[in-house]
Amino acid sequence: MSERPEKSDKNETKFFTRRIPGVESKEPMVTPPSSAPDQSMLKKPKPVSGGPKKRMIAEGTFTKCPKCKETVFRKELEANLNVCRHCEHHFMLTAWDRVHLLVDEDSFEQMDADMSSVDVLEFPGYLSKLEANQQKTGMKDAVITGLGQMEHHRIALGVMDFSFNGGSMGSVVGEKLTRVIEKGTELGLPVIICSTSGGARMYEGMFSLMQMAKTCGALAYHGKRKLPFISLLTDPTMAGVMASFATVADLIIAEPGARIGFAGPRVIKDTTKADLPDGFQTAEFLQDRGLIDAIVPRKELKEQLAYYLDFMMAGHRSASKAG
Amino acid sequence: MKYYLEFEKPVAELQRKLEELKRHEETSSLAISFQEEIALIEKKIQETREQIFSNLNAHQRVQLARHPKRPYTLDYIHHIFSDFSELHGDRLFGDDRAMVGGFASLDDQKVMVVGTQKGRDTKENIMRNFGSAHPEGYRKALRLMKMADKFSLPIVAFIDTAGAYPGIGAEERHIAEAIAVNLREMMLLEVPVIAIVIGEGGSGGALGIGVADKVLILENAYYSVISPEGCAAILWKNQSAIPKAAESLRITADQLQSLKLVDDIIPEPLGGAQNDVDIVADSIKSTLKSTLSSLLSTSKEDLMKNRYSKFRSLGRFVEA
Repeated sequence: MSERPEKSDKNETKFFTRRIPGVESKEPMVTPPSSAPDQSMLKKPKPVSGGPKKRMIAEGTFTKCPKCKETVFRKELEANLNVCRHCEHHFMLTAWDRVHLLVDEDSFEQMDADMSSVDVLEFPGYLSKLEANQQKTGMKDAVITGLGQMEHHRIALGVMDFSFNGGSMGSVVGEKLTRVIEKGTELGLPVIICSTSGGARMYEGMFSLMQMAKTCGALAYHGKRKLPFISLLTDPTMAGVMASFATVADLIIAEPGARIGFAGPRVIKDTTKADLPDGFQTAEFLQDRGLIDAIVPRKELKEQLAYYLDFMMAGHRSASKAG
Repeated sequence: MKYYLEFEKPVAELQRKLEELKRHEETSSLAISFQEEIALIEKKIQETREQIFSNLNAHQRVQLARHPKRPYTLDYIHHIFSDFSELHGDRLFGDDRAMVGGFASLDDQKVMVVGTQKGRDTKENIMRNFGSAHPEGYRKALRLMKMADKFSLPIVAFIDTAGAYPGIGAEERHIAEAIAVNLREMMLLEVPVIAIVIGEGGSGGALGIGVADKVLILENAYYSVISPEGCAAILWKNQSAIPKAAESLRITADQLQSLKLVDDIIPEPLGGAQNDVDIVADSIKSTLKSTLSSLLSTSKEDLMKNRYSKFRSLGRFVEA
C-alpha cells in the first residue's frame, strides 16, 4: 500500500521553491471568512523561518531536468512554474506553491493549520521521522487545506505535498481533507484536491487505511448535494490515495507525465514477472485507457479548472439566482 | 496429513513420537502396552499446544491467518447460510473468481453475501488468483451490494485477501477507482452491512468490501494497511524485520479492538479455525444473527448516520 514510487531523479527531491511568479511573492494573506467566524479556520502560520531559502542557496543555481537531462537555471525554472522549458517536464511543486498557483492572491483561508500527527501505535522511528519531515518542509503534515477564490469560484481546496514523508496519508491528512470536504458540503462549494502521495502512511497502521473510507464517505455526502469534486493527480499519486478520494471525482485531471497508479511498478513486476508496457502508469497511459478525463499542463491549470467549474456550478448558480 | 506451521514444530515432533509409539504397539510381537507412555505424550502435546497458542505474537497470527487449511469464505458460507446461490460477473468485463457473491438465507433472514475467495489447491488458486481480486471483483461486489440495497437485503461481506491484485490488467482497468468507488458507495447503502475478516485483511483490497456498520474479526485473523513483508522491506530493507513489522503495525484482532478499529472478535478453537470449522461457523452465525437483529431495528437514517460517524471518528491527531 505504502510503496513509494521510485524517484525519477535524485536531483528532484532537492528542488524546493516557495514563490510562483505572477502570484508574486506573497504568502497567502488571511482574509476573514465572509461567513460567521469559524473556529476551524485557523490562521496560516508565519512563513517558515529560513528553511527553504537556505536550502535553495545551498543547492546552487542550476538543476538538471530528470527527463531531458538538460541543465536548467533554477530561477528560470521557477519563472516557468517549475516546468522544464526544454521538454515540458513538470517538476514537483510544494503544496504552498500549488496553492499560490491555483487561488487568487490573498484569498486563501487555511483550515486546521496546526493539526499534527501523533504516534498512536508507538511505531519505531515514527516520531523522529515526523520531526525530520516537519523541519525539512516547514509543514505540520502532508496536506494544506482551506477555502479560496479561483477566479469567480469560491472553492474548498486540499493540496498535498510529496516532500512530507512521500505525501503519505495518515490521520492528519485524512482528517484535514474530510473537514475541508465537509466544509464544502456545508457551504455548497466545489471541492478540488491536488494529490501527490506514495499512499497510506504505514506508521499509523490501520488508522491510515481508515482515512480512505473516511474521505470517500465525506465525498459521498458532498456528491449527494450535487456539488462538483475535481481531483488533480500530480506526480506521483499512488496506492491508498489513488484507491480513495483521488479517484471518486466527477473529473479526474492529471498533470502531464505524472506517475499514477495503484500498485508500485516494482511490486507489479515482482508479482507478475511481466515486462511493463512503455509509459505504464503515466498520465498519458491512463488517459489512453479511458481512466482519466484530461491532462492539463500546469500553465493552463487554474484557468481550465475554473472553466470546468463554470459548467459544473451552472445549475447551482441559476438555482441560487432563482432562489 | 496434518500441516504444521514453523512455530508448531514442537507439537509436530511430539505428534511424530506419538504416532511412532502407537505403530510400534500395534506391530510389536510382544504384547506390551504403551498406554501409559501414550497418555503422557498426549498430555504433553496438549500442554505444548496450549503454551504455544496462548502466547501468539503478531507474526504467528499472520501465519495462522494464512494457514493453508484455514476455512475460506465459501466454507463458511456453506456452513452458515442455507440456499446460497452464486451470482457472477460485473456486467462489464468478466467474472472475477477471487470474489464471490450471491443470495443466501441466514435462517429465515434473506441476505446478500459477498466475499473474497482463496483457492484450496494450486488449480483452484490459479482460478481464484490466490484470493486477490481484480477491478472486476470489486465491481461485481458493488453490483450485488447495490442490488441488495434496492431489494432491502442486509449485506454480509467476508474478507480474506492478501490484497487487491498488483497486475498490469488490474491497473489498466483502474483497480484503484474500483476500490474507491466501493468505499464511497458502501457509505450510502441504506441496508445493514456487516463485514467479517476471517483470515487476511489485506489493505485496500480488504477495505474495498469493508465499509460496514459492524466490522467483526476472527481471533487469529489480521487486518493491516500493508503486509508485514511489505512494511519490513520498505522500512527496514530486511526480511528478518517481518516479525517486528507485524508487531509494530498493530494488526491482530485484540490490538485492533483495543484501538476501536474493529467492533467484535469471534473466538477460534485452540490452534486456529482450521481445527473445527463447525464451531467457528456456529459462532460466526450467532454473532451475525445478533448483530443483524440490532442493525435491523435501527432506522435507515440512523444506520447511515452511524456508519458515517463510525468511520468519521477514526483517526488520532493533535490540534495546536
